[in-house]
Amino acid sequence: MAAPCVSCYAALSCRLFLGGRVSLSQKQGVWKAAAAELQTGTGSQILRLRHTTGVSTKKNVAALRRETYTVDFIKKQIEEFNIGKRHLANMMGEDPETFTQEDIDKAIAYLFPSGLFEKQARPIMKHPEQIFPKQRAIQWGEDGRPFHFLFYTGKQAYYSLMHEAYGKLLEVEKRQNQLQAKGLFSEKTKTKDLIDSRWLIKEELEEMLVEKLSDQDGRIAVRRVTCLVSRSSYYAQFIRLLERLLTLHCGSEEEFVQRFRRSVTIQSKKQLIEPVQYDEQGMAFSTSEGKRKSAKAEAIVYGHGSGRIKVNGIDYLLYFPVTQDREQLMFPFHFLDRLGKHDTTCTVSGGGRSSQAGAIRLAVARALCSFVTEEEVEWMRQAGLLTADPRVKERKKPGQEGARRKFTWKKR
Amino acid sequence: TMLRRMTRLLSGARQARHGEQHAALHYHIPLQDLKTVFPQGLPPRFIMQVKTFNEACLMVRKPALELLHYLKNTNFAHPAVRYVLYGEKGTGKTLSLCHVVHFCAKQDWLILHIPDAHLWVKNCRGLLQSSYNKQRFDQPVEASIWLKNFKTANERFLSQIKVQEKYVWNKRESTEKGSPLGAVVEQGLTRVRNATDAVGIVLKELKNQSCLGAFHLLVAVDGVNALWGRTSLKREDKSLIAPEELALVCSLRKMVRNDWHGGAIVLTLSQTGSLFKPRKAYLPQELLGKEGFDALDPFIPILVSNYNPKEFESCIQYYLENKWLQHEKAHTEEGKKELLFLSDANPGQLERLCAYL
Repeated sequence: MAAPCVSCYAALSCRLFLGGRVSLSQKQGVWKAAAAELQTGTGSQILRLRHTTGVSTKKNVAALRRETYTVDFIKKQIEEFNIGKRHLANMMGEDPETFTQEDIDKAIAYLFPSGLFEKQARPIMKHPEQIFPKQRAIQWGEDGRPFHFLFYTGKQAYYSLMHEAYGKLLEVEKRQNQLQAKGLFSEKTKTKDLIDSRWLIKEELEEMLVEKLSDQDGRIAVRRVTCLVSRSSYYAQFIRLLERLLTLHCGSEEEFVQRFRRSVTIQSKKQLIEPVQYDEQGMAFSTSEGKRKSAKAEAIVYGHGSGRIKVNGIDYLLYFPVTQDREQLMFPFHFLDRLGKHDTTCTVSGGGRSSQAGAIRLAVARALCSFVTEEEVEWMRQAGLLTADPRVKERKKPGQEGARRKFTWKKR
Repeated sequence: TMLRRMTRLLSGARQARHGEQHAALHYHIPLQDLKTVFPQGLPPRFIMQVKTFNEACLMVRKPALELLHYLKNTNFAHPAVRYVLYGEKGTGKTLSLCHVVHFCAKQDWLILHIPDAHLWVKNCRGLLQSSYNKQRFDQPVEASIWLKNFKTANERFLSQIKVQEKYVWNKRESTEKGSPLGAVVEQGLTRVRNATDAVGIVLKELKNQSCLGAFHLLVAVDGVNALWGRTSLKREDKSLIAPEELALVCSLRKMVRNDWHGGAIVLTLSQTGSLFKPRKAYLPQELLGKEGFDALDPFIPILVSNYNPKEFESCIQYYLENKWLQHEKAHTEEGKKELLFLSDANPGQLERLCAYL
């Protein structure tokens, strides 16, 4: 009775071991659990108990194993994606050869219209490399020997990158020393414009290297004594190295560095400015629209005036008896310091009192853009005067009393 | 500002000299006068302001000046002229009326000031069937309050004026012919049930006697559109009462008719207390209705509008001098522009804004 249990038990533990090996990032806990099982005693009841626990740990192991996509699987997905892309191009009546990813996105948005607010929840069709998470291929051969020489550091990709970067740094320094020695060294400051680009953030770097960098600090060993020279993380050290490379005015290594920079676009260039129009008397005026919740407003701002505002033909003091609404109307003028200088006529419909005020404010701000310098337009945009408020009433969900409020909870 | 300080020291007695050059300046009413001339009738927010600043200052404005000019040149032989102050909400109609009332009080006129006619057509607790006329209703509470205030305002006249008829109140009490008006008022105050009738008698007597020329009579009614509007009072069987069925309203209507001479009638329209009228209505036609308009026709309409820039500046200066505006930006030009925009030069709105500044 005891012997067969032990043998099957051994088989179980072997399977556990094997299961642990396939995915490298398997927890140590499994190994420990298996070891504990082997070491403890062999009473028959205890064995029976352990048999059941063995089964349960096996299930846990199966659940804990991350989904590994084999290389073949990914290749198949890529083929299917390409075929699907051609089918889609055919469906839309486009040329399959010149069907780009943007065209795919537009086609999917057309064929599967979705009202979901979360963009990532909508249907997407992208290249499998962007959908399936990047996984490292098995990094050792059949004999168990790793391929990469830095495998045993634990973060082989990171250290190899650091090695490469440092190598380039040394090369550049050597070249510069040679040039200086020859006397041909010229102080050409060829630093590329770094304003509209930024370094990779840690998450992006992790994604690139398919390795986790968020561990403890990277200590530097100095002459056999591991003292904490600088308590900086792996990511910070890498960025510092790249910056050092940049300061040395390397012309040839720029591509290497640019791989780790992302561009930051300035939004304001997309702002549309209305042209100023002139009516019969020669008075300059400008028209524009604004929306808030379900209120739509159209405002006509005249260039010269005494600060009177008429809403739907009624004076704004009578139309908005509440001070808060009038403060909203005042905001664009007050921000630009043009309180008593413009006359305004507006029409507004829909919504409630507060949303009508917000809609008029947006319309007035947009109309004022045409009377004002570009810099002030940028200030207005940063102050939030030119952005339409995207908040709308949230939908009521079934099983709840309102959008967020749940029904009263009754214990029984 | 020098001129302003000068006028601020002017007491009410020199009001007769208020002319065009005093427009947009504040003038000071002694607190003692306030208690005698205005036991009722000042807007509540103004009373709060008076209590805070410990002084009563009214701004001299064009509509009031116009009215004063007309009043100075009234011909007492002609029938009484009706002046109607109308305008948007919060532009200063009631305070202009008070200015005029103060002026007339200083000139020794008899003031018949009804602070708010709307109070007589809504929220009345005790409605009695009138003993004098069976179809009408009495309002003892409102009538007695008004009689008390009338007594405080016109003490000296009550002994001078003599009643011209005999009035029998009930089996035991009556007022003889020739007794002073004060007796009627006392009777109304002590016997609250007869207060409404007392009011009616007072109004009738004053109307008859002003023609004789012993005194000048000023009838000042605030919210006169209440007399021709609707009431919110109900009988015991929950049916609505028309204003004609209220004795007080009837007597007032007779007063406001211009079939007497020897004085003037100054009226104010008010949407704020009115019943069943839209918020944006301010013209006489809209607020009075056809009936009221015909009853008051012909009248001289006087529009009271928002502050013009000079008046606005003056008001802000007044607040700053009394250290009422504590915000640092209130002194600067930008702050004043902000206030101007937010209140749109409306005196009521400006006062409300400044209350929390």
